[in-house]
Amino acid sequence: MRIVLVGISHHRAPVELRERAALSREQAAELADRLKGTSGEAVCLSTCNRTELYLADESGGDAERRAEAALLALEADLGPALYRLSDEAAALHLFRVAAGLDSMVPGEGEILGQVRAAYDAGATGPILDRLFRQALHAGRKARVETAIGESPASVSSAAAALAEQVFGELRGRKILVIGAGKVGDLAARNLLSRGADIAWIANRTADRAAELAARFGGEALPLEHAEEQLVDADVVVSSTSASGWVLERAQVERALPARKGRPLFLIDLAVPRDLDPSIHELDGCYLYDIDDLQAVVAETLAGRRREAERAESIVADEAGRFREWQASLDVVPAIASLRARAEEIRAAELKRARLSESERKAAESVTAAVLNKLLHLPTIRMKEAAAAADGVIYADAVRHLFGLEDDR
Amino acid sequence: MAELLFWPALLAYGEAALAYLGEARRPGLAGSLATWGVRIGWLVQTALLALQAARADGFPWSTWAGSLNLFVWFVVGAYLIWGCQVRYRMLGLTVLPLAAVLLALAHAGGGTAAHGESRYSNLFLVLHVGLVLAAFAGFTLAAGLSALYLWQERRLKRRETTILRVRAPGLARLDELTARTIAVALPALTLGIAVGVARLRDRGGGVDALMAVTLAAWFVYGAYLVLRFGAGFRGRRAAYLVLAGFLLVAVVRLALPVTHFS
Repeated sequence: MRIVLVGISHHRAPVELRERAALSREQAAELADRLKGTSGEAVCLSTCNRTELYLADESGGDAERRAEAALLALEADLGPALYRLSDEAAALHLFRVAAGLDSMVPGEGEILGQVRAAYDAGATGPILDRLFRQALHAGRKARVETAIGESPASVSSAAAALAEQVFGELRGRKILVIGAGKVGDLAARNLLSRGADIAWIANRTADRAAELAARFGGEALPLEHAEEQLVDADVVVSSTSASGWVLERAQVERALPARKGRPLFLIDLAVPRDLDPSIHELDGCYLYDIDDLQAVVAETLAGRRREAERAESIVADEAGRFREWQASLDVVPAIASLRARAEEIRAAELKRARLSESERKAAESVTAAVLNKLLHLPTIRMKEAAAAADGVIYADAVRHLFGLEDDR
Repeated sequence: MAELLFWPALLAYGEAALAYLGEARRPGLAGSLATWGVRIGWLVQTALLALQAARADGFPWSTWAGSLNLFVWFVVGAYLIWGCQVRYRMLGLTVLPLAAVLLALAHAGGGTAAHGESRYSNLFLVLHVGLVLAAFAGFTLAAGLSALYLWQERRLKRRETTILRVRAPGLARLDELTARTIAVALPALTLGIAVGVARLRDRGGGVDALMAVTLAAWFVYGAYLVLRFGAGFRGRRAAYLVLAGFLLVAVVRLALPVTHFS
């Protein structure tokens, strides 16, 4: 059995191409079912970054052609972006994908679930079943044993992680959102997902503020009233399109005595900036603008890349283990035939011998032990040879020497 | 037997201190090793103290070195309340090196041996030494929390890009834990001092330098609590005040033993 992979990914195909080859879960399941043919196996992995077809078949070339045709049927222009891998290379690729090592953001967490979903929807047999289970194991192991997926990879998640550095848990912390644009919305969602309360949304346009407030359960305010909430707010997220400062140092300074030393974390996501940078100099105030957040994200991504090196070795080990298992499949039928033939001879000879019941029992046990000892070393050597890619030669030699050709 | 328990305890604390250093450079496995080092070290030291209590004629930690041994046990025990949590591992970097050094000092001074006798009554010593040492352990932990606060605050103010690599507890949480720790430790110190003063009045004797510095520390921590809960005194300045209080505790513990233990 050979494993074949044909696919496209973000490395060579722009989003305009990838979106045309993207498949829903049902479509992926249907395509896998169609591609497996009569005796093969197929899994279709389709995410926003890739569409890949994994096939296991007796004839690798034919499987590759079928997979290629299936992808070109989705979009004829895919041709130059297609990549083709087989056997060990295909396995290593899938393991890297599952570990998030082939993702745009190294270590992103979604891919593991997507690989699982593809596996669940696929038409798997012994080969692809083992391949995907081991890929999921490698993906989990890389995440557990390295910090590849731990740090935030976006500005809004970095802002939320920094808020946790100021307050610890964000549960119950009050957020003042200034500006009801998409950027602020995203940051607010991130804080909300960590337990914070979106208490106030201040915006120049009342309707948009009310809409967002209704969604997050906060109170809508006119922009001029934002300052009044500085006494109670824990985090301020600002992202308006105003050309001047929305909050000045003096405004924050006025609120400080009533805050009684409680820290205030301010996130300025606007360009041009909304918050007077000198606010950061005030005791207990921590102001991060878009550049500061991007610098934190860049560093955490660099950290992820460092961790990726460790994850690569984990994935390579797993791929090596899969290769050994796959290679051992070449010799398993020969080993089984050899043992069956030996057992057959032993049983026939015992049947012919004239023995009492007790003698038969003793002979059964002695001959079984002799057989096992005799076949133990050839079995081990054949498996070792299989791992070293000589398995087929050894298997053929055993079949020839012991007359097992008919058992194929 | 005491030697057999002392060395593993010291080694475990030393291993934990080194592993916490490793954790600060690269979080992960080193942190787990450190946590296990602290747990094992504390359990072994508990066994050492139990052995000392079983073999001693009277209160076994009435000498300066002996009380240092008990003090280390209190400090590490108090640290273990939070220290097993991943976010509080950096606190171990302030506590465990100190614990290892103090335990070694206690050993050098003969405070880890399994024999000893005391001129004082057990009840007096258990109350006085036990309460004062428990309070000092609390202040030591509070100082560790404050040091961690200042470190974390500085990282946030400097907008260090690596801030998310080594995660520490949030500033607000550190501030709250410091206040709580002192709120528990100060009443213990008050009671410990009261027992000592009662004995002084009963048997006579003057106030020595150690007592004076202890009272100064009591005033510093008392002022901290009044300001913290009365006027919302928080942040960097509050952390500095806690460290100032700890400086007095360190003087009491290390620099002035002769006046009180002779």
